[in-house]
Amino acid sequence: MKEIKSALLMFILFTVICGGIYPAVVTGLAQVIFPRQARGSFITNPEGKVVGSVLIGQPFSEPKYLWPRPSATTDFGYNPLASSGSNAGPTNPAYLKTVDERLQGLRAAGVTGPVAADLVQASASGLDPHISPQAASHQVGRIALERGLSEETVDRVITAHTEDRQFGFMGAPRVNVLAINLELDTISP
Amino acid sequence: MMNTYDWQQTLFFFAVLLLLVKPVGTFMAKVYQGERTFLSPLLGPCENLLYRICGVNTNEEMGWQRYAGTMLLFNLVGFLALFAILLLQHLLPLNPQEFPAFSWQLALNSAISFITNTNWQAYSGESAASYFTQMAGLTVHNFVSAATGMAIVIALIRGFVRRKTSLVGNFWVDMSRGTLYILLPMALVAALVLVSQGVIQNFSSYQTAPLVQATNYDKPQLDEAGKPRLDAADKLMTDKVIVNEVTIPMGPVASQEAIKELGTNGGGFFNANSAHPYENPTPLSHLLEILLILLIPAGLTYTFGIMVGNTRQGWTLLAVMLLLFVVAFSVLQWAETSSTPQLTQLGIDGGNMEGKEVRFGMASTNLFTVATTGTSCGAVAAMHDSLTPIGGMIPLSLILLGEIVFGGVGSGLYTMLAFAIIAVFVSGLMIGRTPEYLGKKIEVREMWVSIITILSAGIVVLILSGIAMITPSAVAAMANPGAHGLSEVLYAIASMANNNGSAFAGLSANINFYNILGSLAMLIGRYVPAVAILAMAGSLAGKKYVPPSLGTLPTDKAPFALWLTLVILIVGALTFFPALALGPIVEHLTMLGGN
Repeated sequence: MKEIKSALLMFILFTVICGGIYPAVVTGLAQVIFPRQARGSFITNPEGKVVGSVLIGQPFSEPKYLWPRPSATTDFGYNPLASSGSNAGPTNPAYLKTVDERLQGLRAAGVTGPVAADLVQASASGLDPHISPQAASHQVGRIALERGLSEETVDRVITAHTEDRQFGFMGAPRVNVLAINLELDTISP
Repeated sequence: MMNTYDWQQTLFFFAVLLLLVKPVGTFMAKVYQGERTFLSPLLGPCENLLYRICGVNTNEEMGWQRYAGTMLLFNLVGFLALFAILLLQHLLPLNPQEFPAFSWQLALNSAISFITNTNWQAYSGESAASYFTQMAGLTVHNFVSAATGMAIVIALIRGFVRRKTSLVGNFWVDMSRGTLYILLPMALVAALVLVSQGVIQNFSSYQTAPLVQATNYDKPQLDEAGKPRLDAADKLMTDKVIVNEVTIPMGPVASQEAIKELGTNGGGFFNANSAHPYENPTPLSHLLEILLILLIPAGLTYTFGIMVGNTRQGWTLLAVMLLLFVVAFSVLQWAETSSTPQLTQLGIDGGNMEGKEVRFGMASTNLFTVATTGTSCGAVAAMHDSLTPIGGMIPLSLILLGEIVFGGVGSGLYTMLAFAIIAVFVSGLMIGRTPEYLGKKIEVREMWVSIITILSAGIVVLILSGIAMITPSAVAAMANPGAHGLSEVLYAIASMANNNGSAFAGLSANINFYNILGSLAMLIGRYVPAVAILAMAGSLAGKKYVPPSLGTLPTDKAPFALWLTLVILIVGALTFFPALALGPIVEHLTMLGGN
């Protein structure tokens, strides 16, 4: 009987400590020290309205935009309410057909030579905000042509939003698709 | 296979981990032995207040039966509380998206999943769980289920150390100290570092954002009964929906993320888990999360060494873990960078990127996969279902081996110690001596316990996978055809029985079959070994100390480490080779055959 009382009280107190006080303290400190990150790393327009997040990718398919990775989220690609990968096994025939179709789409858009895997294979989250620099370079010619810009201009925008490996060696270099498309739209609406 | 950067970040990671083993292990030994630490001035008064309110007498030690009973009672209370929260979610506060209650089957599965440190999730966090559920329901179990595992291994270590006593410690004290002194401070610091990288931490409603380029999709029409409508040619009837803006989920993510890795729990705030940019935004957050997963399990080997009075005993076990880790990582890295012949023939460059995120890079992604399945964590930064056949066999095998490659907090080390006892026993048989480990005679009772600990999850996996294969609804839940489908089912059951929680996530796991049998698997996989280990702690504590003699096998040297590795691999292969041969190995061979 005594143990039951201890167990109940222990559990209640730990719920208060770990489930209440701990997240509240983290939230308080985070909102003071890193408010931008804690709220979602949002990009705002000059009027202060949220136009997206640096960390959450968006779907793009028009030729004038830099295309992101395929996304397997439900209903439509890059649906932030349904983060998920395709979970397709790489030997699944239906999956191989899908990849081939994506590849043909890129070939039709003028991509030659070996194609960066990330541009034809879906991400784990379905919200990957990045593509590899190689995947971006496949698309420079197309975007320049569609927008009547020089390839150098498009290249410059892409380079401006390319992050190197963190501290020079961690992770992989990556290109932020949404940031680039927002800037491209301001240069040539 | 590995470029310069891959080598740099992999070696950097291991260097940091190994440098932290000693300080973290020493600190944990002090905490469990009741010594003063630098946190005592701050936390000591809180701890004493806690005991006073709960009526715990810290000087009163428990025999193993009482220790096990208290542990089970505490877990039962936690289960009932969480089960109730999930069933009553719609009535509780902090639910800005107004999510409904869980079905009882899903609530049962989820509650058992979180009390057993499994964190198998048959629901998607962002579209099913309120902030109250995530914090008061789930986060608290991330702490106490981890502290429970650690308490059990500490009781076992005391069994080795103590002589001729029936007492193994006080569960309340061990559990409380583990939570207050070890898990909470580390989680707090880690959570803030994660926020600095972009992990969110707020209580806001979900944020809407306009799309730069509107998108659209075909939404199936539903009839009055909620079934999809079909036209005359049996095709789905759909409406075109234009999407101009999206809803981005929010929440107190960082606080849960930190303890989810540190306590090797693994339950994601979002469905995509640690692949979600709001859970794991940068390469640094990624490496930190891997470090958090391995930190306590690795440190506990040193704690063990200190408590048994010979730190080389701990380093030996750590060496075995590290060896298996490096082998598993190498195979996975080879498989994923080689991709598949079908994909490379199409002219695709850069390894298998399906189900992986660009920012982490290949080597770090694979490091996470090995860490999360070598331990009982089960968080994922890549979708394991989309790994190549041999690549996918690595996480599956690590889970099937019993999660001893660093292993879950506490549970990894006690399972490894059970393997060590078997290794000592088998070698004792070979040289014709009475087997001893750490000065304690290994007798029938210890062998029974070790075998139960090692085989209970395995037996559950094989029997339940067999049942799944003859159950139509269980088979229909597969997402991929053929051998890969078998791997999905085998993985799901192995993951639950071994309290891992990761998945070949294509499997539609939220059906009664997996919810209910999976609950059973998680309970057996957690509590049968836990109670068995406590029984062994009791029996070892009662024995006298046998000083090492000429015939004693030294268990703190390289030959024993190699022998222990072999025993682990042989037990694993004998139990699971047939099942692996039918799943990933067949898939690999048919892939090479061009099918």
